[in-house]
Amino acid sequence: MSTIAQSHETLGHHDGHDPVGNATFGFWLYLMTDCILFSSIFATYAVLGHNYAGGPTGHEIFDLQYVFAETMFLLFSSTTNGIAMLGMHRNSRTQVVNWLVVTALLGLGFIVMEVNEFVHLIQEGNGPDRSGFLSAFFTLVGTHGAHVSLGLVWMVVMIFQVMGKGLTQPVRSRLMRLSLFWHFLDLIWIGVFTVVYLMGVL
Amino acid sequence: MQETLFGKLTLSAIPYDNPIVMGAIGAATAMGLLVLGLITYFGKWGYLWKEWFTSVDHKRIGVMYIVLAFVMLLRGFADALMMRMQQAIAQGGMHGYLPPDHYDQIFSAHGTIMIIFVAMPFFIGLMNLIVPLQIGARDVAYPFLNSVSFWLTASSAALVMISLGIGDFSHAGWSGYPPLSETRFSPGPGVDYWIWSLQLGGIGTLMTGINFFVTILRMRAPGMTMMKLPVFSWTILVTNVLIMLSFPVLTVALALLTLDRYLGMHFFTSDLGGNQMMFLNLFWIWGHPEVYIVILPAFGMFSEVVSTFSGKRLFGYHSMVYATVAIAVLSFVVWLHHFFTMGAGANVNAFFGIATMVIAVPTGVKVFNWLFTMYKGRVEFTTPVLWTLGFIITFCIGGMTGVLLSVPPADFVLHNSEFLVAHFHNMLIPGALFGYFAGYAFWFPKAFGFRLDEKWGKRAFWLWLVGFYLAFMPLYALGFMGMPRRLVHYNNPAWQPYLLVAAAGTLVILAAIVCQAVQLVVSIRNREALRDVTGDPWNGRTLEWAVASPPPFYNFAHIPHVQSLDAFTDMKDRGVAYEVPASYQDIHMPRNTAVGVVLGGIAFAFGFSMIWHIWWLALGAAVGALGALVLRSADDSVDYILPAQDVARMERERRQLLAAHEQADTSSESHLAHQG
Repeated sequence: MSTIAQSHETLGHHDGHDPVGNATFGFWLYLMTDCILFSSIFATYAVLGHNYAGGPTGHEIFDLQYVFAETMFLLFSSTTNGIAMLGMHRNSRTQVVNWLVVTALLGLGFIVMEVNEFVHLIQEGNGPDRSGFLSAFFTLVGTHGAHVSLGLVWMVVMIFQVMGKGLTQPVRSRLMRLSLFWHFLDLIWIGVFTVVYLMGVL
Repeated sequence: MQETLFGKLTLSAIPYDNPIVMGAIGAATAMGLLVLGLITYFGKWGYLWKEWFTSVDHKRIGVMYIVLAFVMLLRGFADALMMRMQQAIAQGGMHGYLPPDHYDQIFSAHGTIMIIFVAMPFFIGLMNLIVPLQIGARDVAYPFLNSVSFWLTASSAALVMISLGIGDFSHAGWSGYPPLSETRFSPGPGVDYWIWSLQLGGIGTLMTGINFFVTILRMRAPGMTMMKLPVFSWTILVTNVLIMLSFPVLTVALALLTLDRYLGMHFFTSDLGGNQMMFLNLFWIWGHPEVYIVILPAFGMFSEVVSTFSGKRLFGYHSMVYATVAIAVLSFVVWLHHFFTMGAGANVNAFFGIATMVIAVPTGVKVFNWLFTMYKGRVEFTTPVLWTLGFIITFCIGGMTGVLLSVPPADFVLHNSEFLVAHFHNMLIPGALFGYFAGYAFWFPKAFGFRLDEKWGKRAFWLWLVGFYLAFMPLYALGFMGMPRRLVHYNNPAWQPYLLVAAAGTLVILAAIVCQAVQLVVSIRNREALRDVTGDPWNGRTLEWAVASPPPFYNFAHIPHVQSLDAFTDMKDRGVAYEVPASYQDIHMPRNTAVGVVLGGIAFAFGFSMIWHIWWLALGAAVGALGALVLRSADDSVDYILPAQDVARMERERRQLLAAHEQADTSSESHLAHQG
């Protein structure tokens, strides 16, 4: 393991091959493409957002306090993720693992609240097949939720990798990218919270 | 029970009652079995698996992409042939041999296949083969991801092919407009085949886009500044930007249509708050840049060909780069010209109309640059040059009809007519396909170490060119005569003569394709006579010609230091092109992996089960894909070190081969001197 990490270091410079730098840069690009994916769904929401088709409006179905609590889970998970990354820079495996567990639990709380909101809406007959507005709402919020869920799977994998492999170069590189991903999802959520919930209720 | 196990899939999904489809299936199966039988007979399975399918070498992956493109070209062309024959006879009392339902599937499959499974894999194959060599890199940024991209593309092409025999394909056109593509009007699996093959292939393409963007930006040889980057690599760089910006929008458009069809949502339905025009906007926000995604690489190929065979540096390199970037920017502000008739209003249409016309300016810059490169050059009329000349003339005609269509009032008249069909074929066949054929003939010796037969190549070119004019010029006239596109039958005897000419043109193109097949066979048979030991058969100008043909798997034993645009010409001028380095170093290489093939197989299973609503299999495939990725990420021994003495040995062997060749040459006439 360490020999491979070392081989990256020593060979990295003279043959133009810098795997960690490439991976981070490529991941940034992936995030930008994901940003375009989200902006297309935002645009769709903007177009369909008032097509209630006789169904409920956002004002009638959104509970701002509930969503605010949900938001807090996600925002604090970004902070705890930051603390885990600080642990990585201090080479403290326990700090990384412990704070990643806290981050995952907060993320899980966010997902549970979101699923709960969806289930309630569907039970009340306001599912995604009710109107264009609700289709766009479920898809925008749900796409973000699916990203967070995949991020959670990734986080669990990383917790095991940190425990099993230690903070090797490839593991650090992956933690770095996971952290980028997590903060990015936070940012998207700010958009969702504003455009969907705040503008829908206020 | 049966529904749980097989979803909507029953034995009645196989179209026994349709003799044409069954014939096609029979032919495709026979060809497939023949290939499989030959591989088994020659005992090549192990070789294919170890050296090709599991390879992460960009050159091998490139060749596999091009093979895929040629196979799909045959399928797409068979569709074209069937449509032309139908339209040639289906006048008045005659109804032709194709029922409307089948005809609709054919034109939908033709468009989808030609864009997504011919044009895309063809240029991505050439890009894989050449770009890392051209920028002096040993590999791409993410070799494993590259393998995954290829297998995703291959498995989505397999989905299209299998729709022939199990169920049917979409009948909603290659652009799949709702509400026709919604469940209410297309309840069968056809549209789902279209959705999932585009979706899975699109994800593969997006990853390729990121991969090559990073490769070009971060892995160029030392000294190769952006303004010393060969022009083909420039067009590829810009193409990959377009891929990254536009493919996510396609993903969304298809995903929303999927949600409508699978979960009863209302994005694009005619009732309950859906909006069909939203689909058109999203689709063409991807679809228009997609046109430039397939054309810009061809522009790069023409540029390399023109400059190499004129023996001159490319005229106006800087303006070529800026024109490429300008086209890319403009490609994002013209999507609405695909549906001027939406009724967005005069001002919106005027904006998009003018933006469309403006694209002709940077494109014109490029045309003049190619002409000025040839001016006072010693142009060798090889096959790649013929493709280029045929392109320049034909493409200008297509460009002018495009400017005509960009005028909204004219477009209102010509919209959805055969004029439009003529126009976009007039752009894409010379603009993209001729370019790829030029690139194929130009770089074939680099991939395999021997040239393609010139005589058969020239025959193929002339037949393609003549066939193209015969097949598509009549369609312009038909457009003016008011003939709509996609007609399975018509009641207007005045149209028939033109359609007969078009059908004849298609037969000429068939002859051209036969010539290309013959060319390949003849070239392989005469490979010793066509052998190129030097690695530089055309007196090339860029770094891909500095290495052996085929290149060693590590590409460069010693990464060259670039001092000039046309780096290899510069190295030859300075006499350092074949310099022996004082010592060799260890090379860091990626290991082959089967995970790419496995993920491709899983993607196929996932797509197939989603199409047929076999939920347990879809879930299993999704979990399997996730599992494969987790396992792969746990594997840290994905690369190895190639020792310096091995590199030295392989390089020594190559030099001995070169020396023997030069000795043989000095007695008669030096091959290199002849070319120079």
